[in-house]
Amino acid sequence: MSIHSASPDVLVSGGGAAALAAAIEAAQAGAQVLLLDAAPPALRGGNTRHSRNFRCAHLAPTPFTPDAYRPDEFRADLTRTGADAADPALLDALVTGSAALPDWLAAQGVALQRAGDGRLPYSRKTAFFLGGGTAAVRALTDRALALGVQIRHGVGVTGLELDGRRVVAAVTTAEDVAAGAQVLACGAAHADPDWLRRHWGEAAAGFINRGTPHARGELLQWLMAAGAEPAGDPAGLYLVAVDARSPAHDGGIVTRIRGMPLGIVVDNAGLRGHDEGADTASTRYARWGRRLADLPGQTGWLVLDAAGLAAAPAALYPPIRAPSIADLATATGIDADGLAATVANYNASIRPPADRADAAGWRTAGLVPPKSAHARPIAEPPFAAYPMRPGVTFAHHGVAVDAATRVRWADGTQLDNAFAAGMIMAANLIPRGYVSGLAVSISLVFGRLAGRAASRCGGGDGQC
Amino acid sequence: MGSAEPTRPAGGAAADGNDAEARRQLAVCNICNYCNGLCAVFDAAERRARLAPGDLDLLANLCHQCRSCLYDCQYAPPHAFDVNLPRALARQRWASYRAYAWPSALAVLFAGGGRWFPGLALGITVAFTAAVLLAVPSSVLFSAQVGEGAFYRIIPWWLMVAGAGLGFGWAILAIGMGVRRFWRTTAPAMAVSAPPAAAAATATLEVLTLTNQRGGGPGCADIDHRPSRLRRRFHHALFYGFLLCFAATLAASGYHHLLGRAAPYPLLSLPVLLGMLGGLGMVAGTVGLLWLAHREDPAPTDPDSRGADRALLWLLLAVAVTGLALLALRETAAMGLLLAVHLGTVLALFVLAPYGKLVHGAYRAAALMRDALERRGR
Repeated sequence: MSIHSASPDVLVSGGGAAALAAAIEAAQAGAQVLLLDAAPPALRGGNTRHSRNFRCAHLAPTPFTPDAYRPDEFRADLTRTGADAADPALLDALVTGSAALPDWLAAQGVALQRAGDGRLPYSRKTAFFLGGGTAAVRALTDRALALGVQIRHGVGVTGLELDGRRVVAAVTTAEDVAAGAQVLACGAAHADPDWLRRHWGEAAAGFINRGTPHARGELLQWLMAAGAEPAGDPAGLYLVAVDARSPAHDGGIVTRIRGMPLGIVVDNAGLRGHDEGADTASTRYARWGRRLADLPGQTGWLVLDAAGLAAAPAALYPPIRAPSIADLATATGIDADGLAATVANYNASIRPPADRADAAGWRTAGLVPPKSAHARPIAEPPFAAYPMRPGVTFAHHGVAVDAATRVRWADGTQLDNAFAAGMIMAANLIPRGYVSGLAVSISLVFGRLAGRAASRCGGGDGQC
Repeated sequence: MGSAEPTRPAGGAAADGNDAEARRQLAVCNICNYCNGLCAVFDAAERRARLAPGDLDLLANLCHQCRSCLYDCQYAPPHAFDVNLPRALARQRWASYRAYAWPSALAVLFAGGGRWFPGLALGITVAFTAAVLLAVPSSVLFSAQVGEGAFYRIIPWWLMVAGAGLGFGWAILAIGMGVRRFWRTTAPAMAVSAPPAAAAATATLEVLTLTNQRGGGPGCADIDHRPSRLRRRFHHALFYGFLLCFAATLAASGYHHLLGRAAPYPLLSLPVLLGMLGGLGMVAGTVGLLWLAHREDPAPTDPDSRGADRALLWLLLAVAVTGLALLALRETAAMGLLLAVHLGTVLALFVLAPYGKLVHGAYRAAALMRDALERRGR
């Protein structure tokens, strides 16, 4: 049986925010649209399912974003994060397009959470989906269906059939689908264990995927092999420290371990490697994710005493507890002598501040590496440990695009009628680093652009 | 490190009962928090991170069965975390009705998802009607009674007042005692709290408008995942219809005692107009809610107590329909029997009110009051 009723004008591969935005825009422009999502219906929405907010420029307070976030500030944040070498036209498209997102989303039936409802943290740079990204995905899906978009789940696009620089058809896990234009929005390859192993070796086996298992990047890998221009770093992963007991995929936001500043972090030998007090901002999540990837077995342990545990942010899984450091070593498998020596040295090197109530002022002296803040003794039983591993969040690797989101080829040309959006091309703008809400904004802004551009290719009459 | 990779976090098998399952799920919610714009439950849960048994009962009764949080949840089944909070809280809520029921010996009436309720309601109605059939001579019961005092020729005024007073008094007493226990068990999450009057005003407004059944704005998942305002509107029709019927009764007693006029009253009198409007509202509300119960996705509901929800709706519908029929046919020979059946359903409603779904209103009002005290006190 055919996976579509008629040859579509526009084929959209992917199921997240970029794919849905592209499908909606193309359908609104009058195109017959077929969307192929590799995931089953229950996992629809790619990694947008796990998202919460998106970054958007605005010159004045809105119901969803207080104060202002000027376009030049957004640009500066992007270049500071790592997009300093990005195509200025893409940066402009993102910043300008982001400002239109709240109104556009409202028109599609996506509800946003009011900034002044007393339940959101102050955030002038990002707006929040009411109910989170899964709610947004449902609303966008309903909207696409209402516009006549055909959606097929469980079918992934794995390659393209080219005639020169023109895409004739998409190769899928079912049959080939000919279309006038293609929107490539099926994400990067970080959920593919083979791809991870190619770039990270044996360490890849220790990684946990926080998002959809369907971000396997078959199409991205095909594009790279066929001669597309890469963007970002193939070994670049955004890693966050997560509980090692998390499910292999889709753990999302709740599996993060956040209490590093309140304890010490050791490896399986019981040895510290980094200053746990140096970074208490949200940037610490990614710092620790990257460090864990370099530890033996990609495993680290956050060790806390009773006071540290009480002050630490809530975590999903209960910590492993023990009445003494020696028992904790037994319960966790951390080397007992190593852990005992590390804790003893650490406690002995602590220098309390003049004002002992100043928690941040506690630091170590003569310890290598030091703990430069929050260095409270690990003394009060029971002791606790969280096992941690790197959690793969997204990849800083994708395909290069021009300002019209057309896929660029390494020989300087570009595909005539294939437009990339979302995490398959996000590395053009986030080749490293991250700021919150950026991925969803990139997906929606470039999804819309790609959908409109694809719709202009019409029924394959070669107008684009 | 242990090799086990548990996928149902926060320690506790689902089999440990309602408490353990609701606690397990809310622990996931308390870290995620994506749903905190949908209703008051999520913020209240965050304020009581310990999730003690009383906390769970409070949160369960704060939940308005909006259901959006299931469809918005990234951890909903088939995810390994298996979060279906509307169902877990519906179970917890029903268990809480049983736990706080007064007198405790009658808590058994909540057993099995309220399986005794339909039979008892029918039994009380039938028994009352049979008593009237036996006590009132057929010549009076089955002949048209018109003019002032017509109703009291079927059932004496003193008996009607005594029955209604005792039934209503019983309902107020039993529900009040349950709420008192609920209030004492659901300890406040914090020492600071708002002035009670201001909090009461907030809570009252939230009861009257069902603020928490707006899904944070767009509506709730009444039938499927799509936002809808149907349940809230049907509930309003039923709730305000019920209040109008109550007001009709008060107006009638005013006519009786202050104006010295005995029922039945003319069509364009206050008691009849209020009662008619209220009855129509109750019919619209109950029929609408029963239609929703028929159409709704069962996934976010508690299969065990779904029958009790419907039983109460049928009883309320019976009260309204027999009342309207009584009004329409009050000058015919059918009046006597209709009066008996109508008063039988009202008696059943009052007597059984503390042991069925109707208690949700009282516990929810108390939960909203607790929540308002904490929110305004922050």
